[in-house]
Amino acid sequence: MALSVSAGTRPRRRGPQARRQRLGLLFVLPAVLLVLGIFVVPVIVTAVMSFYDWSLLGDRTFVGLDNYTRLAGDTQFWQSLGFTTLYTVIVTAALLLVGFALALAVRHRRRGVGLLRTAFVMPVVIGFATASYLTLWLLDDRIGIVPDLLRRVGLVDGNVSVFSDFSSALAVVVVLVVWKTVGLTMLLLMSGMQAISKDFYEAAQVDGARPARMFRSITLPLLRPTIGLVLILTVIGSYLAFDQFFILTQGGPDNSTIPVVYLIYRAGFIDFNLGYSAAMSIGLMVILLILTSIQLLIVRTREDQ
Amino acid sequence: MTTPTAVLTTPREQARPRRRRGRPEWLPATAFYTVCGLLAVLFVAPLAWLVVSSFKTGAEFAQTPPTLLPTRPSLENYQRLLDAGLWRNVVNSLLVTAGTVVAATALAVLAGYGFARFRFRFQGLLFLIVLSTLMIPFQSIVPSLYVILDDLNLTNSLFGLVLVYTVFALPFGIFTMRAAFAAVPAAVEEAAIVDGAGALATLWRVLVPIVAPGVATVALYSFFTAWNEFLAALIFTTRQEQYTLPVVLANLQTGAGGTLNWGVLETGAVFAAVPCIAIFLILQRYYVAGLTGGAVKG
Repeated sequence: MALSVSAGTRPRRRGPQARRQRLGLLFVLPAVLLVLGIFVVPVIVTAVMSFYDWSLLGDRTFVGLDNYTRLAGDTQFWQSLGFTTLYTVIVTAALLLVGFALALAVRHRRRGVGLLRTAFVMPVVIGFATASYLTLWLLDDRIGIVPDLLRRVGLVDGNVSVFSDFSSALAVVVVLVVWKTVGLTMLLLMSGMQAISKDFYEAAQVDGARPARMFRSITLPLLRPTIGLVLILTVIGSYLAFDQFFILTQGGPDNSTIPVVYLIYRAGFIDFNLGYSAAMSIGLMVILLILTSIQLLIVRTREDQ
Repeated sequence: MTTPTAVLTTPREQARPRRRRGRPEWLPATAFYTVCGLLAVLFVAPLAWLVVSSFKTGAEFAQTPPTLLPTRPSLENYQRLLDAGLWRNVVNSLLVTAGTVVAATALAVLAGYGFARFRFRFQGLLFLIVLSTLMIPFQSIVPSLYVILDDLNLTNSLFGLVLVYTVFALPFGIFTMRAAFAAVPAAVEEAAIVDGAGALATLWRVLVPIVAPGVATVALYSFFTAWNEFLAALIFTTRQEQYTLPVVLANLQTGAGGTLNWGVLETGAVFAAVPCIAIFLILQRYYVAGLTGGAVKG
């Protein structure tokens, strides 16, 4: 009966046009179903789990907002959020500064410039985990080349243990992240700059503008959409940092370098408390959605002006 | 250019006729090449040193102070890597990566074609679903994804990792392919359809050769994603024989698989890094074109 009703109100269309419509649906369906099953459903399940005391080994009881109440009073979580924010601010500033410098240096075709660009982009393609092992080895007090060099030039004597101090541990991670990802920032900024019409610069030159002035009055304003994109990518990426801290600092010294994803991992897969882990995940999701929306709004309104 | 080139050019530059620039605008040439050259060396040196050092003997690797070059080049570290059974994890990484590249590229081509060339019901909604994966980080769905994969018996399974990595790579892939198909003139396709070819035949024989650069970009992106991924592999596999390369290295590092052997660990890192670098050097123009092309326009 239901069938006949739907058939009556919405007759199934026939003919090549309708067949072509269904064909399009068939093309996108495998990908969309996979995204639904491995992404959209887990997002919903995460939200549900956050209201449960859900242990990894199977026991689950509905606890309402308990996980969130606990989260609100969890100093470790707030500390970790503060640390992740600090890390994000530093990394974002460093990536934008270095990325801009590199992009300005190599944006024009010039002899050998392709080789330079290749060198700067090369670390982008290796993994964060791999880059972290590499860093650990280069900085090892006993067999690493960096402490050895520092001792040779007399900058330090005695032991070098960068991961026993908060600021030097953070500095190492920031340098690693800039080394590994600034090539991508450079590429994005560079293509943004190349998309700006030469006419602007030629007109400015006629008016006697100097390069610094051109950069401030032409390049920067016209690059806003690109800068916005770089900001969003960098901020989201930094809030999700995990590999480098898991491998390099292991959260130390004194639990001072624990990013939020590390806490999510630890609550779920070391302490086996998936419900609490899910509540933290939802918290992180909300923070990121707010940050992304704010950034999108800023980019939009500036574009409209 | 048919040979592998280490010269990164952007598509815009290739399209534009060469323009002679007599002098650098704001920096004298010597200063430019000195500063940038030094920087470039700093960027590449750690990777180069990693590869070179992997040919030291185990004893020389663990030596204080470290030597710059291997005094007696040897394959000892590689031999130990094999003896420790790590070849198995290299194979795991290869299988997972191959599966992801094939699945993600194929699905992205089909979906990109569907979204670009057809009009159908719920098209907007379905595209929004794909978009949502970009807005919400995977890291925040790890707890429930684990439970779901476990219910489906897909934890400790390379196939499970392929599924997850395919979903990682799909949004970028679908975007890239949708843009690539949209740039092909409709007339090309219509001629094939008039000739009586079906949609799949048209896609495969006529369109895919035209959008081949886009396909290459998507395949490369999927490759780097799957080969380098750490968090999902760390959580979704719990047995050493299922670990991918980055995870087994983490295990070596914490000493879970015995005492730390720097030579073996860093030689493993060579296996993790070198394929990516080699593929990047050969195919960089596709990778770069794909990364920057869509981003700046969109």
